[in-house]
Amino acid sequence: MTEVSVTKEDVVTSDELVVLKSVNKHFGALHVLQDIDLTIARGEVVVVIGPSGSGKSTLCRTINRLETIDSGTITIDGKALPQEGKELARLRADVGMVFQSFNLFAHKTVLENVMLGQLKVRRTEKKQAEETARSLLDRVGVGTQADKYPAQLSGGQQQRVAIARALAMGPKVMLFDEPTSALDPEMINEVLEVMQQLAREGMTMVVVTHEMGFARSAANRVVFMADGRIVEQAAPDQFFSNPRSDRAKDFLSKILHH
Amino acid sequence: MTVKLTVLSAVGSLVWGTLLAAMRVSPVPVMRGFGTLYVNIVRNIPLTIIILFTSLGLADIFRVTLGASDFKVQGFRLAILGLIAYTSAFVCEAIRSGINTVPVGQAEAARAIGLNFSQTLRLIVLPQAFRSVIGPLANVLIALTKNTTVASAIGVAEAAALMKTMIENEAQTLAIGAVFALGFVILTLPVGLLLGWLGKRLAVKR
Repeated sequence: MTEVSVTKEDVVTSDELVVLKSVNKHFGALHVLQDIDLTIARGEVVVVIGPSGSGKSTLCRTINRLETIDSGTITIDGKALPQEGKELARLRADVGMVFQSFNLFAHKTVLENVMLGQLKVRRTEKKQAEETARSLLDRVGVGTQADKYPAQLSGGQQQRVAIARALAMGPKVMLFDEPTSALDPEMINEVLEVMQQLAREGMTMVVVTHEMGFARSAANRVVFMADGRIVEQAAPDQFFSNPRSDRAKDFLSKILHH
Repeated sequence: MTVKLTVLSAVGSLVWGTLLAAMRVSPVPVMRGFGTLYVNIVRNIPLTIIILFTSLGLADIFRVTLGASDFKVQGFRLAILGLIAYTSAFVCEAIRSGINTVPVGQAEAARAIGLNFSQTLRLIVLPQAFRSVIGPLANVLIALTKNTTVASAIGVAEAAALMKTMIENEAQTLAIGAVFALGFVILTLPVGLLLGWLGKRLAVKR
C-alpha cells in the first residue's frame, strides 16, 4: 500500500514541469513581476495574454533565466534554476525558446542553425545531427531552404526555422515569446500551424501572444496578466466567454470588437 | 625583414587583441578591469617608448631575452613583442566595437540553446563581429606595417634602418626616400584592397 502511495506522489510532483513561486522582479523603480505564482504541468499548453507592458514577455524570459529575478523561486522539472554557468547552460538546453525577432544566427545557414546546438551542447555526431535537423526542417515545412542564409528567408520561414532549432535540442518545455508579433499577417498562420501541431503532439508550451484564435484553439489554460500580476487564469472557453475580472473584461472588449 | 616583422606581429596582435576584447565583454569583473586598464595604458604610450622599453627594460634590466643568444635575434623578437603589445590594444577596440554591432538577440538565442559564454562568443558573436570590423582592422594592420619602422630604434634591420644606412653611404637622399616610401605603399595597398574586398564578401546580411 505504502509503495503505491509513494509512486502516486512521485507522479504528482513530476507532473509539475515548471513551477514559479512568489517571483518578483524590478526594472529600476518599475515592479514588472509581482508575486507571480504559476505552475505548468507536463504536456500543458499555457497561453499568456495581457496588455503590453504587463510583464508577460519578462515572465517568459525568466523561465530560462534570460532575465534574472529579484526574489522567489523557479524550478524546472524539480530542479531550481541555477546561477549563471555550466549548470544553467545545461538547463537552458532543455528549455526551448522562440523569440519575437527570430534571432537566427545570421552568419550560418539554416541547416547549421539547427545543427549547432546538437553538435556543441548535446555532442551529437555530425551525421546524426544533420539527419535530425533535416527531418525537423521538413516537419516545419522549410526543408528545401536548408542551405540558405536566414536573411534570404521570409519572416514566417525564419520563425519556423527558429522553432526547429529549439526542437533540435529535444526540449522538455518550449517558450514562445510573441512568436508572431514581428510577422506580416499572411505569414502568421504558417507559424501558428506549426505550433498547433506541436501542441497536439503533447509538447509542454508557454506561449506569450496576442493571437486570441490560437489561445482559443490550442491552449489548455489562459493566463491573463496586467501590471505585473497574474489577474486571472482559466480554461480558454471560460476566459473568453465569461471573464471574471474587470481588467480582463476591459482588455477583451478592446481587442475583440474589431 | 619589414614583411616578417609585420606578419608575425599582425598574427600575434590579432590573437591577443581578440582575447583582450573577450575579456572586456566578459562577465568577470577582474578580467573586464584588466582589459580596460591594459588598453587605456598601452594605447596612450608612444610606440617608440614601448619598443625601447622592451629592449632596455626587458632585455637589459630584467634579462628577458626570449631564448635568443645573439643580439640581432633578440632585438627582432623583442620588437615583435613590443609591436604585438601595442597593436593589440587597437585591435581590441576595433573588435569590441564590432561586438557591439551584433544584435543582443544573437547572444540570447545562443544562450537559450545552452551554449556557454565562451561558446557564444567564439561561435556566434565573434564571427559576426569580425566581419563587420574588417575595414577598421585593415587600418590597424596598415598602421602596424608602417610602425615596424620604429623597430630600428633597437637595432632591427628593417626598412627604415636600411634606408638610414643607404642614405649615409649614398648622397641621393630624396630618391632613396621615395623608393622606400613606394615600397611601403606596395606593401600596404594590397592589404587594404584585399581586406576591403573580403569585408564586402563576408558581410553578414540581416
